[in-house]
Amino acid sequence: MKMTDFLHIMPVSKPSVGAVGKTGAWRVFKPVIDHEKCTRCGLCWIYCPDESIELEDDDTPRINYDFCKGCGICSDVCPVKAIRMEAEEIG
Amino acid sequence: MSVVRNLGLTKEKFLLPGHSACHGCGLAINLKIVLKVLGKRTLLVIPACCSSVIQGPYPKVAFNVPTMNIAFASTGAALSGVSRALKMRGIEDVFVVGWAGDGGTVDIGIQALSGAAERGENILYICYDNQAYMNTGIQRSGSTPYGAWTTTTPIVGKKQFPKDLPLIMAAHRIPYVATASLGYLADMIRKLRKAKEIRGPRYIHLFSPCPVGWRHDSAHTVRIAKLAVETWAWPLYEVENGKVKVTVKPKRKPLKEYISLQGRFKRLTDDEIKRMEEEVIRRYEILLKMEESGIEF
Amino acid sequence: MAKWEMMTGNKAAAVGAKLARVQVIPAYPITPQTTIVEYLSKFVEQGELKAEFIRVESEHSAMAACIGAAAGGVRAFTATSSHGLLLMAEMVFWAAGARLPIGMAVVNRALAPPWNIHVEHTDSHSQRDSGFIQFYAKDNQEVLDTIILMYKVAEDERVLLPAMVCLDGFILSHTYMPVEIPDQEDVDAFLPPYEPKGFLLDPDKPLTYGSLALPDHYMEMRYDIQRSIEAARDLILKYSKEYKEIFGRDHGGLLETYKVEDADYLLISMGTLGEEAKVAADTLRKDGIKAGAVRVRVFRPFPTKTFVNTVSDKNALIVVERHLSLGGIGGALGTELKALLYGKTDVPIFDYVTGLGGRDTTYLDLAKIVKHSIKTGKPEDNYMWYNLKIG
Repeated sequence: MKMTDFLHIMPVSKPSVGAVGKTGAWRVFKPVIDHEKCTRCGLCWIYCPDESIELEDDDTPRINYDFCKGCGICSDVCPVKAIRMEAEEIG
Repeated sequence: MSVVRNLGLTKEKFLLPGHSACHGCGLAINLKIVLKVLGKRTLLVIPACCSSVIQGPYPKVAFNVPTMNIAFASTGAALSGVSRALKMRGIEDVFVVGWAGDGGTVDIGIQALSGAAERGENILYICYDNQAYMNTGIQRSGSTPYGAWTTTTPIVGKKQFPKDLPLIMAAHRIPYVATASLGYLADMIRKLRKAKEIRGPRYIHLFSPCPVGWRHDSAHTVRIAKLAVETWAWPLYEVENGKVKVTVKPKRKPLKEYISLQGRFKRLTDDEIKRMEEEVIRRYEILLKMEESGIEF
Repeated sequence: MAKWEMMTGNKAAAVGAKLARVQVIPAYPITPQTTIVEYLSKFVEQGELKAEFIRVESEHSAMAACIGAAAGGVRAFTATSSHGLLLMAEMVFWAAGARLPIGMAVVNRALAPPWNIHVEHTDSHSQRDSGFIQFYAKDNQEVLDTIILMYKVAEDERVLLPAMVCLDGFILSHTYMPVEIPDQEDVDAFLPPYEPKGFLLDPDKPLTYGSLALPDHYMEMRYDIQRSIEAARDLILKYSKEYKEIFGRDHGGLLETYKVEDADYLLISMGTLGEEAKVAADTLRKDGIKAGAVRVRVFRPFPTKTFVNTVSDKNALIVVERHLSLGGIGGALGTELKALLYGKTDVPIFDYVTGLGGRDTTYLDLAKIVKHSIKTGKPEDNYMWYNLKIG
């Protein structure tokens, strides 16, 4: 596009998912939910700093591995220890 | 038991996934909660701080509310301008919120905040305190705790106790001041909801653990946010119309339980820990005394 | 029916802002601007001007609050001087980068130490890189008229940049002159209510303003500011013409010229020196020297074609200015004029620095300067001091 195509070029940004890309690539450890133990309390969902846990209609949590950075908070706060952190595969 | 149902939090996302906050960042959790409570009709004014960078580079941003980035010292002033503009335009149902780090609030931002508070501007100012200039790489701020390692206090640690900004704001006689911690969600949400309903200057000081700056395990952010309150290092209180109320009164745990999880306190000697603990207890008791005496600011 | 009133330049600025229906006024006092904010406080408190006055706690906060207000969708105005302008410098640059059409009156005053409250142009020249549009007024009428004009230019969607009107400290700010106050309805017809055409904080359209931009994006934004401020040249002329049609007054466009067509020598200056220069030109003509005067009314955007066309084919150009870039090769006006004309003409250009700290400079001084220049034939140096009490 040529500069003349724009009326103005201003520092205005649009809300976007993945503003810096797929942050799932940052992971070294990956959280895995054991849905049998899970009581669907929602603590992992509210405490995920990356909005990478979604709650389904019945509040079942699903991890969005595209963006999960593997910080381990969900595993640490789970009251029934239903989330374990597994090492990511290399490569 | 459901966090969602008990706390009445929306599943709507205002902080979008794919931002560049560090693993386990306390500020990201805080912002997420704050925006879910305040809702869609919120305007954010953000000075130079971690938040101005984690939002992502132009032309994309990870915030789904209108946001104005502003210069470091200016949050209180810019907020005043936005608030008055909305008043001139007759817009009543929009929340004007400042979202600033401790550096931009307690140090370089204090003048503008103090001016806005003294003028009685209709603004909600939220400081997420990660207790140092984290965005520029962990330099000491007025909020850094006694003894903490930072890159500008690398050997001897911080020699001073932190500035008590919530009490400074209470001395401005504004309608509402509160401290909160993401480790105590119900208390934090109640305070945010209360602040939403009040008009005039409101100030909320949030505890915001920083795994990189505090040298703690990224998984321990919430755990540390609970221990801070339980050891009285981060008292939870509010000052509503000048009256102090300590909103959570835990049985005190030894400070070592909070300190030992954080590498920034590794350099503390036993004497320094003792001094720190004495001061923590002293300040907590001052708050209790203020509450008991019914004193009004 | 327009009214006439004897008023100071400061009152003219305040009345201009009132007529422009500014909506949020964050302002802080500083000599010699103070009475601007005092008048505006009175207008607001008496109900003559429906606006929010924010009694900010510093000039830095004044401009930050203007930025917040403009982003919130209203017309914002502030005023300052000297150290106040320098204190708010960070936000002056920010306002331009933010593309917000904020208006400001700057009462020109020298810088400290030592404290000096008298006129000098160093304060506003220090901000000439900011992207603000800069006007310099020669009398109180022009102050009032240009405050209204500046919003029309600044808010045009091709511009979207902040603007300042500079007036000489004490000489204009505190001196009474007859000023015609236009009718509010006529001003409303010329300057409609503010409509944000750039960024607006709007919950129905969540956008983020001023976030991080990496090297592959930043330069084009600067390019856009430059392109927009250059577009302001034609718009200033266009809107000045409209203003003249409604109000019967035009203060010269980009350059106000006086007896230049047949002149051999041109006195080039800014602010009230521009008026003195006209009297000096007439005085010189009585002595048989064909002199003319050029007053640079708009310093940013710097007049290019207009200047080149006006000053070519003269025997000499004599710049007299109340500014010196310390460590540089002259004052801002002389230096930029020489740069503009380089390679286009070999007319000798004299740059005289005088009047710093408000030292009085009259038409007699200007006539003396012209005669001295004619005698020396060529400039003695990159710039020359005039009326210095040393050497």
